[in-house]
Amino acid sequence: MKRTVARILPLTPATLLLLLFLAGPIAYCAYIAFTDLQLTGQAHESFVGFDNFRTAFGDEAFLNAVWLTLVFTVVSALLGQNTLGLALAALMQRASKPVRTLTGAIVITAWVLPEVVAGFLLYAFFRKEGTLNALLDWLHLPTQNWLFTLPILAVSFANVWRGTAFSMLVYSAALNEIPKEITEAAEVDGAGGWRRLWHITLPMIRRSIATNLMLITLQTLSVFGLIWVMTRGGPSGKSQTLPLFMYEEAFQKSMIGYGTAVALLLLLVGGLFSMVYVRLLRTEI
Amino acid sequence: MPVRPTAALPALLAAALAATALTACGSGSGSDPDTLKVSFKQSTDNSIKVMDDYLAGIKKQFEKANPGKKVELIPIKAPDSEYYTKVQQMLRSPKTAPDLVYEDTFLINSDITSGYLKPLDTYLAKWPDWNQFIDTAKTAAKGEDGKTYGVPDGTDTRGLWFDKGIFAKAGLPADWQPKTWDDVLDAARTIKAKVPDVTPLNVYTGKPAGEAATMQGFEMLLYGTDTGGTDPLYDSTSKKWIAGGQGFKDALTFVETVYKEKLGPDVETALDPNIQTIVRGDLLPNGKLGIDLDGSWLPQDWLEGSGHEWPEWSSKLGLAPMPTQHGQAPGKVSMSGGWTWAIPAKAANPDLAFDFIKTMQTKANAQKWYIANSGIAVRKDVAEDPAYTAAQPGIKFFTDLVASTHYRPAFPAYPKVSTAIQEAMEGVTTGDKSVADAAKGYDEELKSAADGQVIQK
Repeated sequence: MKRTVARILPLTPATLLLLLFLAGPIAYCAYIAFTDLQLTGQAHESFVGFDNFRTAFGDEAFLNAVWLTLVFTVVSALLGQNTLGLALAALMQRASKPVRTLTGAIVITAWVLPEVVAGFLLYAFFRKEGTLNALLDWLHLPTQNWLFTLPILAVSFANVWRGTAFSMLVYSAALNEIPKEITEAAEVDGAGGWRRLWHITLPMIRRSIATNLMLITLQTLSVFGLIWVMTRGGPSGKSQTLPLFMYEEAFQKSMIGYGTAVALLLLLVGGLFSMVYVRLLRTEI
Repeated sequence: MPVRPTAALPALLAAALAATALTACGSGSGSDPDTLKVSFKQSTDNSIKVMDDYLAGIKKQFEKANPGKKVELIPIKAPDSEYYTKVQQMLRSPKTAPDLVYEDTFLINSDITSGYLKPLDTYLAKWPDWNQFIDTAKTAAKGEDGKTYGVPDGTDTRGLWFDKGIFAKAGLPADWQPKTWDDVLDAARTIKAKVPDVTPLNVYTGKPAGEAATMQGFEMLLYGTDTGGTDPLYDSTSKKWIAGGQGFKDALTFVETVYKEKLGPDVETALDPNIQTIVRGDLLPNGKLGIDLDGSWLPQDWLEGSGHEWPEWSSKLGLAPMPTQHGQAPGKVSMSGGWTWAIPAKAANPDLAFDFIKTMQTKANAQKWYIANSGIAVRKDVAEDPAYTAAQPGIKFFTDLVASTHYRPAFPAYPKVSTAIQEAMEGVTTGDKSVADAAKGYDEELKSAADGQVIQK
């Protein structure tokens, strides 16, 4: 008995801190989501049950934000960061050392930059007098105001630009783990590049794929600063993903309760994505 | 088996950590009774220091007159809408609440309802200078309970600013005085045709411009329509908000016309969150904007020492009142608001805070402030002082507009109603929505913003 106590004791500070600073605020958020708490304009909040959630599903702007969040996540995380990261990692396996170092440095710089700085850089790239249009103009191609005509794609591209490094690092590590003999044996047996990728490489890095997908999805779902700086969710909500919608409801319209309810729904979306990955790739994390 | 001696240490540590963490949450405000914390809105434009300089001067006077007391200025650098959010978060807790806060009359009722502010009636009753304040200004910071929660430091009015140089090139008169909305639009069309490289007319619009879109833009139109009257947004007899009628649609049509005919800034610029800084800092001083529907405070950015010095503005720009829709009586429209100094309910040193207000509002200091920030006087003694009216061109024009000005229905739902108006404006500005759809969208938003307290008129 005494021995158990002695073993548990060292864990107490960590557990207490976790409860206080992690579980505490989460529990408080979950409570607020069921109230009509406002930032201003109200003397006392009251418990409103599922009202906030009902409001959300009846709110066109919310459904629009859910749709844009899905587009943003699929385009920038699943298709963009994930495949580009894998491709870069694979190419870098074969590249010479200087090329490898240079590519690595460039990609990682994009990742290390603070979100807001990256946002300003890409704002300058996409805006009407920006770098992209200067390039297109030079190639005699039609230019347009990308942040205005295709805001969700512009911010998705920005997120790919910024986040690819992470996937690249994960996949580089995974590819290095594949024993040389297996690849060589397959090569001797006459398997081409695509077949080796499909039958050997991908199955062997399955776990890394799941981990990577889950992490970048969760990261992408919560992207705020990048979009805020580039478009503020506009024009007319055409790039307003759930975090921006949440911010607007909670802090600009003062509806903290409603905003928190939306945050819980966002948590749910993240959970769903994670479950799908784990199922699809049948791996234990 | 005995407990290993090392186990005692983590246990102790755990207890100590938990104790610090818990007491950190529960401890008092930790504020110093001799330090007065004053939070204010700092301009997002780094070169503009009007407020900073003024408060630094008052701080010096106050500290000299009250030996042993210190003033700590807490600048909050943010666009309007984010400033309000930040202040409201600070006001929620005694740990973060300052002793004195700068409040926009736009939100003051909302914050009063939340219990964030302290009624000032007992202080005001003992303060003879309060009688110098004009009556409309006194009501600006009055709660629904009839108590006063803030001391206004000036008001503002709105009208049309126009570039005489561009007008000359377009063949328009230098003493332009439009009588109807069509006169305004026609002048803009003329500029577009004859001076193609400038923006003919700026009307703030959409969510990125925030309250500027609602007040300088939409309400300046709405209050001049046939159904405008004294308050087209709120019916004070039934205490209900009014769903969009014909006047609402007419005002939206005006906005739609400006952006559809490309008389305004290109839509991307119009919806830039920094549009106000662009207009005051670039378009107007550089002769790139024909007509600007804007507020009386613009010259504060152009005064000497402000960063964008432009003393010639008074010879380059003309002023005209915004006309009513068809020129119907009284012929012109203006909206008024302004800011007040208020004491948070959770302030640690409220008495000291009111003393600071008194220092700011001596006649001399008030006058200095009105002139520094191009404000319109709310003190009778200042308004009558020739030194004030002569201090700056335009002051007389905007002070005269006070007679035909309107105040917003500053009830707690107003900020949400205002956002709904901005959404409707943004819809017709981008062309995503027709006027009818945008007005319908407003009616729906209004129902939820006003909790169903809506009537049709």
